[in-house]
Amino acid sequence: MTRVIVDVMLKPEILDPQGNAILGALPRLGFEGISVVRQGKHFELEVDAPVDEAAMRQLADTLLANTVIEDFTVRVVE
Amino acid sequence: MIDTVQHAGQDPDRPQPYAELGLKSEEYHRIRDILGRRPTSSELAMYSVMWSEHCSYKSSKVHLRQFGDLPRSEVLLVGIGENAGVVDVGQGYAVTFKIESHNHPSYVEPYQGAATGVGGIVRDILTMGARPIAVMDPLRFGPADAPDTQRVLPGVVAGIGGYGNCLGLPNIGGEVVFDDGYLGNPLVNALCVGVMRHDDIRLARATGRGNLVVLFGARTGGDGIGGVSVLASETFEAGGPAKRPSVQVGDPFTEKVLIECCLEIFAADLVVGIQDLGGAGLSCATTELASAGSGGMHVWLDRVPLRDPSLAPEEILMSESQERMCAVVAPADVDSFLAVCGKWDITATVIGEVTETGRLTIDWHGERIVDVPPRTVAHEGPVYERPYERPLDLDDLRADDPARLPRPSSGEELRALLLRMVGSPNLCDKTWVTEQYDRYVQGNTVLAQPEDAGVLRIDEATGLGVAVATDGNGRFTCLDPYAGAQLALAEACRNVAATGARPLAVTNCLNFGSPEDPAVMWQFAEAVRGLADGCRTLGLPVTGGNVSFYNQTGDTAINPTPIIGVLGVIDDVWRRTPMASIPDAQLVLLGETREEFGGSEWAWAEHHHLGGRPPAVDLDAERALCAVLVAARERGLVTAAHDVSDGGLAQTLVESCLRGEVGASVTLPGDPFVALFAESAGRAVVTVTADRLPDLLGLCAAHGVPASALGVATAAPTFEVVGQFAVPLAELRTAWTATLPALFGGG
Amino acid sequence: MTRIGVVTFPGSLDDRDAQRAVRLAGGEPVALWHGDWDLYGVDAVVLPGGFSYGDYLRCGAIARFAPVMQTVIEAATHGLPVLGICNGFQILCESHLLPGALTRNAHLLFRNRDQRLTVENVDTAWTSAYRPGQQIVVPVKNGEGCYVAAPDVLDRLEGEGRVVFRYADGNPNGSARDIAGITNERGNVVGLMPHPEHAVEDLTGPSTDGLAFFTSVLGALTSA
Repeated sequence: MTRVIVDVMLKPEILDPQGNAILGALPRLGFEGISVVRQGKHFELEVDAPVDEAAMRQLADTLLANTVIEDFTVRVVE
Repeated sequence: MIDTVQHAGQDPDRPQPYAELGLKSEEYHRIRDILGRRPTSSELAMYSVMWSEHCSYKSSKVHLRQFGDLPRSEVLLVGIGENAGVVDVGQGYAVTFKIESHNHPSYVEPYQGAATGVGGIVRDILTMGARPIAVMDPLRFGPADAPDTQRVLPGVVAGIGGYGNCLGLPNIGGEVVFDDGYLGNPLVNALCVGVMRHDDIRLARATGRGNLVVLFGARTGGDGIGGVSVLASETFEAGGPAKRPSVQVGDPFTEKVLIECCLEIFAADLVVGIQDLGGAGLSCATTELASAGSGGMHVWLDRVPLRDPSLAPEEILMSESQERMCAVVAPADVDSFLAVCGKWDITATVIGEVTETGRLTIDWHGERIVDVPPRTVAHEGPVYERPYERPLDLDDLRADDPARLPRPSSGEELRALLLRMVGSPNLCDKTWVTEQYDRYVQGNTVLAQPEDAGVLRIDEATGLGVAVATDGNGRFTCLDPYAGAQLALAEACRNVAATGARPLAVTNCLNFGSPEDPAVMWQFAEAVRGLADGCRTLGLPVTGGNVSFYNQTGDTAINPTPIIGVLGVIDDVWRRTPMASIPDAQLVLLGETREEFGGSEWAWAEHHHLGGRPPAVDLDAERALCAVLVAARERGLVTAAHDVSDGGLAQTLVESCLRGEVGASVTLPGDPFVALFAESAGRAVVTVTADRLPDLLGLCAAHGVPASALGVATAAPTFEVVGQFAVPLAELRTAWTATLPALFGGG
Repeated sequence: MTRIGVVTFPGSLDDRDAQRAVRLAGGEPVALWHGDWDLYGVDAVVLPGGFSYGDYLRCGAIARFAPVMQTVIEAATHGLPVLGICNGFQILCESHLLPGALTRNAHLLFRNRDQRLTVENVDTAWTSAYRPGQQIVVPVKNGEGCYVAAPDVLDRLEGEGRVVFRYADGNPNGSARDIAGITNERGNVVGLMPHPEHAVEDLTGPSTDGLAFFTSVLGALTSA
């Protein structure tokens, strides 16, 4: 079994109100010097070896991310 | 090493952690007597959870009996003791409704605490065989500007909305009240209403030897283990480390699918009995089902589908994982039952069968870990006669009459006071909260907040409908618990009648401090007595309800807060009475105004004062007023009605004006301050066209209800008290709507 | 009688309300199951509001792959009138029958409001009974209703007159250019966040302005 990590983030131009809300809360909690917070999704898949990376990208592109508004990265963990 | 019944017989003197599980020494020894041996650890877990205050009602039972002693009502189809009461509303329809608390979990984790509170009450309604059709939520928080209220309120509101909206249940009413005493102890009471045909009523019984017990819904995990007995039976230590037991996490999608699945199962008549899994999870469901019915049940606990395979049997029995139900199914129907679950993708597993042994036996991989008489667990828990004593400071509190407080005298001062009052947190516009709820789903919501009651259509062809209102004033109840409970009952009836519906039945959620405090116990005993007496006088049955004790931090209890829910019926929802006045109509005050400011919003908001006596209670007058409001609707005499309560006549008139964006010009008799802000009970304002006024006055006279003309509604958008002041509606609206967004974030 | 299918996914909520709206408009509602490939010859399809699949992953992301959707997508490309309301709009965007996407409301709250809308396109199958520029009041109720699309896509929608409804009197969720609803190039597929099925009876809605959606499509179908 091999672990495949897919990270999905909103495209930079898309408004991220949740990230902004988190950013707004940081000074109240005493954290300074943070200028941007963006929130995304992290998927962990356990896949039978050998991993077909193209298929994983296809999976991410079709289901895990909405490519109209999101970008994704796929990483196979050795 | 699993602790089996055999082991329990072999090492009777093994020390057991009964105290950590919340059992007193005498209770532990009683369990030993019942079983004739020491309990296994699984049995100990079951008894500890089911005998906790939250599940067994041990401190309240002796008082709640008064509800069961009320005269049998012909509309009551199912009374106290089942998951929810059921009333006959006519045309072959039965309506079930109930209110429950989820207070402590909402303090610990506001979103999930409130969400799972909604989930729990909805399952109680579903379990009766009904389609849930609406929810309401009476809420109490600490001061609106307190930092912890900033933490708790938005989470609670988001949780109620997040769960209820996803279930597809319109939220049609409730309250938001702020008071110091709720700061460490918010109150989240959730009400649900369901409807069905008379034939569809289901009960929680395991009958029929050989019938199978099926667990269906979500898988079982470690949610809320010990949540019930740990959280709800203990108060929070002031300033101590936050208790962090595992709080239940809800999944409303699973519950929505569960609702549809259950309704299909009911329609196909596939269950003999059904029970939902709420507080105390499987411990409760198995013992309650087994207690009511053939008297016995056998369970194979290892068949319970798990989310977490590492759970021990004790943990499985105590788990409060949400969205689970337990059905008793005849063997011939099991395949059909499982097929319906399969269609909705709901996990369903046969975990047991009904027996006639009179025992509940549970095996874990072939070894017996539980063998108990189920009634002793579910229904024969300890019954306490807690000592109660009238609080020593009550006389001083009552002697501290608000009559002595400085009050405005000029028209200008009254005008300024009015603007402060409508903008005060308890009286201000609650749209910031109620906009987060879906009020439209199911397409049968006729009236919803801020109207006096939520009104729902039941039958599209005939227009049959029901109205529901919840009310409860902690300040009144603190000053006089007996009267306070009756005032809440009267107010809820008044709110239902204001929409034109006839009050039919009562549910209640009694939120109090620690029952180990004799002063709190006295408040409880008096409030229950007041409610029972009130229901007897008004001829209304109590269908069921909930008790929440231990709402206190250290020695400081909350104001005793009995929340009363009243259900009414209306034969034609198209002709219900809304709240908004119409231009040129006459404004008439029904009922009598007296100089009564004890526990009033004015005394609190302006002077932070709580003292004196609450408004006088006259239940005969309340009954007469309700009769007038209902008859007025039936005869088409009024175009609008709004009850008078918190904030007095001023608040009623302002709300009616702003609701319809229609002004008013009124002339008030006597002292204008008293006329505007006193909180005498038994009053409502109705809007009548001039041609119907004589008939209305005649109706009032026939019922002995005082009626006095106040003035007229006007197209000009100004609220005027003749000879005192005039305020543009726009100015009132700004003051009224600014408060909550300023506190909790505009959007 | 014209038959209009209303799809039920696990978690759909306003399906029965949509059926009622069809009935009140004079059509015959046909309940369609998500797992069924067959559309039973209906003349139009409504994808109703709700939380299909609990809004897991993203709103409409899983519903989009339901068997019934394969058939709906195919039929839509051949001109079948399809109306996506709220969650239905989200499913249409995820299916790429409509451009853009719906994201979390800018203010992060679920908001239920009686919303004023301007009808800007009366040439679609679902809006022909309205007048251009007509203002209507229809409830919105959503937490993920903020419409977004790339600037060139927005320009194209505007340029081609494919913005069907625009929020008037305040934007309840932060949608780009106050867009409340859009249509495809052909005008047979319309998606909008507001809920016309909740504005079909004076008894229960803020108006009866929503009824015209359903009378429009019935008119379009009977005259076709």
